[in-house]
Amino acid sequence: MKPSGQQQFRVPGRGSRIGARSVSFSFDGKAYEALEGDTLASALLANGVHLMGRSFKYHRPRGVLAAGVEESNALMQISRDSARTTPNVRASVQEVYDGLQAQSQNRFPTLNFDIGGINNLLSPFFAAGFYYKTFKWPAAAWDKIYEPFIRRAAGLGQAPAEEDPDRYSNRFAHCDVLIIGGGAAGLMAAKLATRKKQSIIICDENPQFGGWLLSDTDIRIDGKSGPDWAAEAVAELAAMDNVRLLNRTTGIGYFQQNMMVLNQRITEHQSKPAPDETRERMWQVRAGKIIIAQGAIERHMVFPDNDRPGIMQASAAQSFLNKYGVAVGSQIAVYTACDTAYAAAFDLAEEGVNIPIIVEHRTDIADDLLAQANELGIRVITGAVVEGTGGKLRINSVTFAKQNGNDRETIDVDALITSAGWTPSLHLYSQSRGKPQWDEDTQRFLPGESPQECVSIGACNGTDDLADIFAEAAKCTGSRATKHVIEDDVSTMGGLIGATGSSADKGKAFVDFQNDVTAKDIALAVREGMHSIEHVKRYTTNGMATDQGKLSNMHGLAIASKLLKKPIPAVGLTTFRPPYTPTTFGSFVGHSRGNLFDPTRQTPIHAWADENGAEFEPVSQWQRAWYFPRSGEDMHQAVDRECQTVRSVAGVFDASTLGKIEVVGPDAAAFMNIIYTNGWDKLKPGRAKYGIMCREDGFIYDDGVVGKLSNNRFHVTTTTGGAPRVLNHMEDYLQTEFPEMRVWLTSTSEQWATIAVQGPKAREIIEPLVNGADISNEKFPHMSVVECKVCGVAARLFRISFTGELGFEINVPADHGRAVWEAVWARAEPLGACAYGTEAMHVMRAEKGYIIVGQDTDGTVTPYDAGLSWAIAKAKPDFVGKRGLQRPDLMSEGRRQLVGLATKDPSKVLEEGAQIVADPTRPIPMKMIGFVTSSYWSGTLGKSIALALIEDGNNLIGKSLYAPMADEVIEVEVTGTVFYDTKGERLHG
Amino acid sequence: MLVIHCPYCQADRPELEFANAGEAHIVRPDNMAEMTDAEFEKMFFVRQNPKGVNLERWRHIHGCGRFFNAIRHTVSDKFLKVYKAGESRPSDAEIAELMK
Amino acid sequence: MAKANVATRDNPTSGNRLANASVSIESAPPASRISFRATPKGAKDFGKTLDLDLPVKPGQSTSKSTLSALWIGPDEWLIIDTKNPIDKLMPRRENANFCATDISHRNVAFIVSGNGAENTLCASCPRDLSLSAFPVGSASRTIFGKAEVVLLRTGKTSFRLECWRSFSPYVWDLLVDGAHDAHI
Ligand SMILES: [Zn+2]
Repeated sequence: MKPSGQQQFRVPGRGSRIGARSVSFSFDGKAYEALEGDTLASALLANGVHLMGRSFKYHRPRGVLAAGVEESNALMQISRDSARTTPNVRASVQEVYDGLQAQSQNRFPTLNFDIGGINNLLSPFFAAGFYYKTFKWPAAAWDKIYEPFIRRAAGLGQAPAEEDPDRYSNRFAHCDVLIIGGGAAGLMAAKLATRKKQSIIICDENPQFGGWLLSDTDIRIDGKSGPDWAAEAVAELAAMDNVRLLNRTTGIGYFQQNMMVLNQRITEHQSKPAPDETRERMWQVRAGKIIIAQGAIERHMVFPDNDRPGIMQASAAQSFLNKYGVAVGSQIAVYTACDTAYAAAFDLAEEGVNIPIIVEHRTDIADDLLAQANELGIRVITGAVVEGTGGKLRINSVTFAKQNGNDRETIDVDALITSAGWTPSLHLYSQSRGKPQWDEDTQRFLPGESPQECVSIGACNGTDDLADIFAEAAKCTGSRATKHVIEDDVSTMGGLIGATGSSADKGKAFVDFQNDVTAKDIALAVREGMHSIEHVKRYTTNGMATDQGKLSNMHGLAIASKLLKKPIPAVGLTTFRPPYTPTTFGSFVGHSRGNLFDPTRQTPIHAWADENGAEFEPVSQWQRAWYFPRSGEDMHQAVDRECQTVRSVAGVFDASTLGKIEVVGPDAAAFMNIIYTNGWDKLKPGRAKYGIMCREDGFIYDDGVVGKLSNNRFHVTTTTGGAPRVLNHMEDYLQTEFPEMRVWLTSTSEQWATIAVQGPKAREIIEPLVNGADISNEKFPHMSVVECKVCGVAARLFRISFTGELGFEINVPADHGRAVWEAVWARAEPLGACAYGTEAMHVMRAEKGYIIVGQDTDGTVTPYDAGLSWAIAKAKPDFVGKRGLQRPDLMSEGRRQLVGLATKDPSKVLEEGAQIVADPTRPIPMKMIGFVTSSYWSGTLGKSIALALIEDGNNLIGKSLYAPMADEVIEVEVTGTVFYDTKGERLHG
Repeated sequence: MLVIHCPYCQADRPELEFANAGEAHIVRPDNMAEMTDAEFEKMFFVRQNPKGVNLERWRHIHGCGRFFNAIRHTVSDKFLKVYKAGESRPSDAEIAELMK
Repeated sequence: MAKANVATRDNPTSGNRLANASVSIESAPPASRISFRATPKGAKDFGKTLDLDLPVKPGQSTSKSTLSALWIGPDEWLIIDTKNPIDKLMPRRENANFCATDISHRNVAFIVSGNGAENTLCASCPRDLSLSAFPVGSASRTIFGKAEVVLLRTGKTSFRLECWRSFSPYVWDLLVDGAHDAHI
């Protein structure tokens, strides 16, 4: 044997998955050598390292249990650099690459000496339900004691603090047949399905296809070894056009209508991934048929002190030997209730590993197994139990006896492998909403009927014999069974669920390793009244760790069932939920981050605004120019200047984000009458109108100016954020309530760039650019619309104002938006006009008392409340909201009404959202009678202005109210909503 | 993600193209103005939200744009039937037949 | 009088192009587009005017020279002309049986072509775009990431993808992202 630290447990000549090339890696800072193809677990075991982690609650030293995804002890922090560090990676799954850095978790200061291990001594206090019993009272302890404790205790490992620098991607895929699992069952099903010219995806969570065939060296299929047969099958499939083979790809979730989500790991095993290589890819596969060939997971034996490093599943020991050429010890005892453990023992013995004892729980086993053991010089004691183990950081002895306690014996060992039989993996079947059925004969749950187009085959269907598995593969693909010569298939007879030994045993018999749940904890939970397995699970946390009970569920269930004296199906099986194995957030997020998280929409004029120094604000998905600061200006100064320039000269504003809907057809006006509260019959072509729409309940839904272009065609505008829902609302009424109307709705929001020119010089600015229309005050008064040319392009020109000044809005086709804007700007700038942003727009509209839906209304405001009763055509027989507005509460006195507020100290600007009270001297909580919806400093008026929704506001005009703030109480006077140009003369300039 | 058959496109389409639009067959009467408060409450506010067979509206909003009706079982998420807007509500007997 | 340069059309992704071993993506030149809504009679009438029958089967398109008509909904078509100006396309007068709305500037198009075109699109589009499910000539409004798009299969390995103007940088970025894995 080689000296320590140099892969002294490597077995020459074994290991179907490893290559000859060595790679180096580190574990807890110490350098080790491994072979290409190793997992982190096999590499550490090759170097004689069994201690790989500490348990979550008691901080007990733990070694690796499994060679697959069910591993629940050996969870590692794997790091490439500070941004690429992943906690809770299972050592049995992580492939070793050159330079891999692994660290153990949940220990301080070191894995060998861990202060948290004191929890183990305090374990009587950490029994089942500990959290529920302890963290109850006093309430004051939550902040300072309980929550920090739970937060520290919860979660293993460290999440990276930096942004993930890697690429993750998404793919939608469709196929006729999706096969989950590339073991013997899956590969055979794929081979047969390809003959039907179907499109096939087959995936396997491991680096190589083959499943258990890679771990079993005895079996021969048509004369070929398992690995050879699998390799040939893969080569055959890979050569076909209609087959997609995905290795390192896990079926993590089975959703409705045969949607399976696959997680593919692409670079996790690479030493130096290409910088732009995709790290993980999420596949959302819609399959005509899903074949689940997930296999089965071996259960451990539950007995006192069954968690010492060096104790593992028999199948794991066999995989480590046959896949990776690693002997998990040199003196290995076996504790089993299942035939499969013998194969592991025999394989190890054949390599010269000493197997001092097989402790067989069953009294009767097959003669040929006994004979073979005898031949290899292995002692077998039947009807026996393991009563305990010795050792601290590694098992060093095992004590066993006959089940009646006789013939007790303790021997020295450095490993103990156990098997309590196999649990078919029903995870995906259960996620498909299938109901697992209890099979009394074999004491296991098996798939029942399939509610979706899916079928389970192979070990996950309880079919263990290879010949039967191949027959199932043929059946599920509708193929004729093919003939195969199968030799030396291993018997899977036997199995046991629940704990062995007596309840008087000392030591902890772990059911769930990761969450430190013992057989006694489950018994305690049952004693304390948890009679459903779902309750037992939550009370004890059995099966709630990252392994999701892959090892522990059946044992826990059996223990509870025995104590409750109820058959297992009556106790129930906990629900399997996706994901099947832990999956990174990166993989779920995929490409949806950064600029791909959500569309950022920009107007045709955006680039100009950006070049001219605009600050932007987000409005729904849009970015809008907020204000245009000149050198030295802060926001306040810029907005003041913009407002005053507009009011004294003019300003140019990008209103392109406004929603626009073309309402066209012979019944267009009739339809408008239904959707809007206003009347549309009298509006003449060429004229525009401010419209309000309500929902059926009478509350304001949206507003905007509508231009009538012809008798059959309206140009409707909506709020920026409201465009999609307004169109949906209109379509809903048109399609489902008024389908007989001949009207068509088309979104034209993005067809038009909209340039608002507002201010006394607005006409002077645009007049020379306009062709085909007389825009004089007489011919083109306020609230007019005309189709004409502006700068030579077809335009829709509105005479409207959202500032209270003389104003125009030029709509031109979007691709010409910037050119026209620049032409307008070339006229505007020399005249002393400015470009202004949304903030100045907001101030100026508030000065005029124009509401913004969604700011001054909140879904509970009627047109009456908002002071817009003039916009309701009461004589119309019907409109959406007409009946709702007649509801008693909406007609009652004293509703919140929109009013203006003037602060007594004009320099004080109220906070938007500030609550308003009538009497601030009353004790807290005092009655709040409303709140501020809009509040600005008005440079034009030299004072602050605000709009507010106040109970019975219209009757309080002239009265004083108060806004109690954290550090002061601000007195306000209730006013009308129009602060500037109350007569509205400027509009008509 | 569900697959929904659109009766206008006459094809199965991914759920991402659709928007649910609430309960189906709620009649907006012609004489809205004459409804009593109780009738209005029932029409506008009261919804069934059953566990089991649900008659609901969907819009193929990112597809053909049409609203249509569907009968979906809210436990299994299975669509028992889809039909165009304006078609009458299937009878209870017909729904029972679909359930088989 | 101030002159604006309105001779050319400009959009946020004008001129964008990318090609790798599997796929090429490019911003399509400006086109004339009509959102056409009609009764069956209106559709027939306008088809005569265009000298191109509008498709009546869901999910199909018809085309002739530079003109294509895409079935979008039972009363909705997207009409695209990659050469002629919009004035040539728009009906002369209003008609009670149909409604034509100029949306030439509302949409931006990308041409996605190459063996990896389907994979590029499937990174973000949940539809089955295999040739059997979405054969040449198929047209559909659908969803692409969080953007609504119209897809037209113009050839075995080529697609035209139309989205709204302001979504085009986002759609472009998604296409580039999908192109990265197009060979898979
Ligand atoms: Zn549809």
